[in-house]
Amino acid sequence: MILQDFIALSPILDLGAFCLVTMLAIAFRRNHARIAVCAFMSCLFTLATLPWAATVAPRAVTTLLVVDGHALLYMGLILSATMVIIALSYRYLNSQFHEKDGVEEYYLLLLLATFGGLVLTTASHFVSFFLGFELLGLSLCSLIGYLRTRRNPLEAAVKYLLLSITASAFLLFGLALLYFESGAMTFHEVGVSVKQWQTVPALWLGGLILVLVGIALKLGLAPFHMWIPDVYQGAPTPITTYIATVSKAAVMALLLRLATEVGILELPPVVHLFSLLAVVSMVTGNVLALLQENVKRLLAYSSIAHFGYVLVALLAGGPPAAEAVTFYVIVYCAMSLGAFGVVTVYSSEGGEKDRVEDYQGLFWTRPWLAGMLALSLLSLAGIPVTAGFIGKFYAITAGVDAGLWWLVLALIGNSVVSLYYYLRLFVTLFGEVAVQEALPQQETVQRSEFVSWTAVCSLGFVASIILVLGLYPEPLIELIRESVSNLLMVVAQKP
Amino acid sequence: MGLWLLILIPILAAPFAWMGQQWSRHAPRWVVLGALAIDFILVLLLGGGHSTVQASGHGTWLVESHTSWIPRWGISLHLGLDGLSVVLILLTVFVGIVATIASWTEIQSRVGLFHCHVLLALGGVIGVFLAIDLFLFFFFWELMLIPMYLLIVIWGHAARRHASFKFFLFTQAGSLVLLVAIVALALLHQQATGQPSFDYADLMGLTLTSEMARWLMLAFLIGFLVKLPAPPFHTWLPDTYAEAPTGATIILAGILAKTGAYGLLRFTLPLFPEALSEVAPIAMGLGVVGILYAAVLACAQTDIKRLVAYSSISHMGFILLGAFAGTELALQGVMMQIVAHGLSTAGLFLLAGALEERYQSRDMGQMGGLWSVTPRLATMTLFFACASLGLPGLANFIGEFLVLFGSYATQPVMIILASLGMVMAAIYSLGMMQRTFFGRQQDTRTASDLSNVAFGTLLFIAGLQIWLGLYPKAVLTTTKPIMEQLIQHALVSANPTHVPSESLLSSHIVTLQGSTP
Repeated sequence: MILQDFIALSPILDLGAFCLVTMLAIAFRRNHARIAVCAFMSCLFTLATLPWAATVAPRAVTTLLVVDGHALLYMGLILSATMVIIALSYRYLNSQFHEKDGVEEYYLLLLLATFGGLVLTTASHFVSFFLGFELLGLSLCSLIGYLRTRRNPLEAAVKYLLLSITASAFLLFGLALLYFESGAMTFHEVGVSVKQWQTVPALWLGGLILVLVGIALKLGLAPFHMWIPDVYQGAPTPITTYIATVSKAAVMALLLRLATEVGILELPPVVHLFSLLAVVSMVTGNVLALLQENVKRLLAYSSIAHFGYVLVALLAGGPPAAEAVTFYVIVYCAMSLGAFGVVTVYSSEGGEKDRVEDYQGLFWTRPWLAGMLALSLLSLAGIPVTAGFIGKFYAITAGVDAGLWWLVLALIGNSVVSLYYYLRLFVTLFGEVAVQEALPQQETVQRSEFVSWTAVCSLGFVASIILVLGLYPEPLIELIRESVSNLLMVVAQKP
Repeated sequence: MGLWLLILIPILAAPFAWMGQQWSRHAPRWVVLGALAIDFILVLLLGGGHSTVQASGHGTWLVESHTSWIPRWGISLHLGLDGLSVVLILLTVFVGIVATIASWTEIQSRVGLFHCHVLLALGGVIGVFLAIDLFLFFFFWELMLIPMYLLIVIWGHAARRHASFKFFLFTQAGSLVLLVAIVALALLHQQATGQPSFDYADLMGLTLTSEMARWLMLAFLIGFLVKLPAPPFHTWLPDTYAEAPTGATIILAGILAKTGAYGLLRFTLPLFPEALSEVAPIAMGLGVVGILYAAVLACAQTDIKRLVAYSSISHMGFILLGAFAGTELALQGVMMQIVAHGLSTAGLFLLAGALEERYQSRDMGQMGGLWSVTPRLATMTLFFACASLGLPGLANFIGEFLVLFGSYATQPVMIILASLGMVMAAIYSLGMMQRTFFGRQQDTRTASDLSNVAFGTLLFIAGLQIWLGLYPKAVLTTTKPIMEQLIQHALVSANPTHVPSESLLSSHIVTLQGSTP
């Protein structure tokens, strides 16, 4: 019994142990490369324990955590994304930071944030929910301000801190209200008590909405999106990537579990709230993205819009919805890793390259890098052959299946708007090469030869994921169906 | 497998065209020509093997290839070849060759990449004409857009950015509406049978409520009318055609517009016979508006490429008109018009491009009196202007005549109005001739006449025009079984009052086809 619990928990325990190992390794001797490899291997080993944990899944380990297919799938996503980010970070930190200032803790914080993410995916209790939420938020906050000698990262870190605190405050108060009315702290028991009520108490509903607002703040859904563009722009690019992918995926995994266990999608006020959030996010994200001249801000606004699409899929309810959400989140992570990854690699060659003009004519000077960005942009825009198309297809299918015609129409209208700014960046890649760049040609040639193999491998991996999911998504769809069916089994057991 | 080869040969040849740049200047062009030639022969082998033209229509295919792709959603890699696709793929390959020749001298920078995109776009188009799984169809439908877009945005003229954005946003908006309708169809199939399916045959068997059929047909119409284009979705076309490099314009006008027509014939008509009688008058009305409105605008153009672009919208109006007329004669006319317009517009754009290359301007006000300077250019333009205005004896005449003749019984008033379009075609086509080649010479710069290759190509197209004008059976017999089935399928659920007029008209078909030598 006990052994099986340990097996089920092995990914979390494993990563926790590796956090300690990394910390001790830093204390023992500072060496950037060694620590980076150590962090990478930690994630890799943790990833390797997932199949082992899957042998005993689904399994509730104490009342705090549930390890099931859904959690393991999201863990796999989080760990893979973290590995790509670590691989991209190494050269970025080398170029942006003096090694003697101590870069090693960066990896420790990254592992801790990932640890928080893993806890979130398995959380089935208010306590584990809050712990995971805070661990992720606090580690991220210090990571955003990690380049402490610069102004922008510090500004972004303060903003993120304020956001994190606000989200936590909403969350805690909401959780307290939920507990007050239902007298339970596990998602499942709260769900059971909801089923027993004829009418939902107003206080309980208020608590739930506060919790959802806390989650919406973390996901950056409009109108709680104000922090997103500033933090995305100010944070070091690998960390921006991390916020866009791992942090959002973990919170989304939690939201899915909360939605299934508590059955919040059966409550009309929540459905209205989510519909509103979805439409406002799509419109705000896409319209504001049209005005951006900074690539990171543009992608930030587009991420707001993308989570609006995810909400449309979520609102559809039922098994296709869980499938569509999971598929879309995975695809979105791959696309974001691709787009931000290119910004990271390009910025690693000296100076932040985040203005649109920096990418003028990149295709003619750096075809592979520009090709990667173009692929990610096409995927974000939802053009076939890329994974983004299948993701959008899935979201539309889920929406049409549930008869959410207005939301689907909003999704379509917004996709068309979004095409405009993706195309603008896309066209810039194929524009004429700017004249000034011709001057320090010697320098650029030297640099272009020096794209590190880690960057090549990680971006190549992301590109292949985008293409494979675009051309042959069936294996992943089957995997998602299996894991989501586990999630739904829990629901089926409910009376 | 043979069908996959048709699609894969251009797509796989594309990287070679790109790399070919390193070997020699003209290597990419030869790669394109080679790949297209192989495709051409392959289509003839696949389609021509059954050349007694048992080219059967919906549900049964000459050659078929079926593999499961995404079973979760009932999506399969299902390709099928019938008479309709044979004709259209032959047209695609031929127009592709013309486009390559047209850009032989125009495209001098990034030659490899240009031809790489040409091949990718053509591969996508061939996929569109072969796919009979609606998801796969949509996949190819979108796939051809990106290379087209890049062709415009990298090699286009001054205002290319604006034009390419307009092109992409319009077509993409139309496609997304189409996608929702396709998904809705598949999910309706799931409701009916418990299993989602995107397969053409499965979806044909679906019975829809008339309310649902009306909405879905409308969505399909929007998707295809944007591509065709018909008003009010046509505004992207003149900008795009004018700003794109000549080769890309030829592909756009000669083939991409035809994918819209193909979508109408292959999917919109057979999938929603329930709503046909309601939607048909609206669609035909749009066709007539398109014919007249675009013709009036064409008369007012000073830019030669925009003039041809508007004339193109006008001719596409006949396709829309005929497709919804509900008679076999009109549908045959549509088929003829697709082929004839593909050929004549490719010729006209090649000529307009040649003029532009020589005078660095598309403004007809700056031209004039070129007849004596460039006799080859002038005679060929005269020929294609006549083809475009529907001179009897040339292929366009057969197409437009059959459409008008076949639809008269259903909508006499509309047809009378549409016939005015042919008169206006004469006005703008001859006006173009007059302003460009006759009168006082404005620009005294010496310009070389058409090169032998371009002249030869144009002569060949002209030959085809005359051949099809005198012997339209070549196209008509290939597509006849499909059109017959289309009509029969539509008549099953459409109101039966059409039946007498149908039988009346089919007697005309016999006499008409009998009378053509």
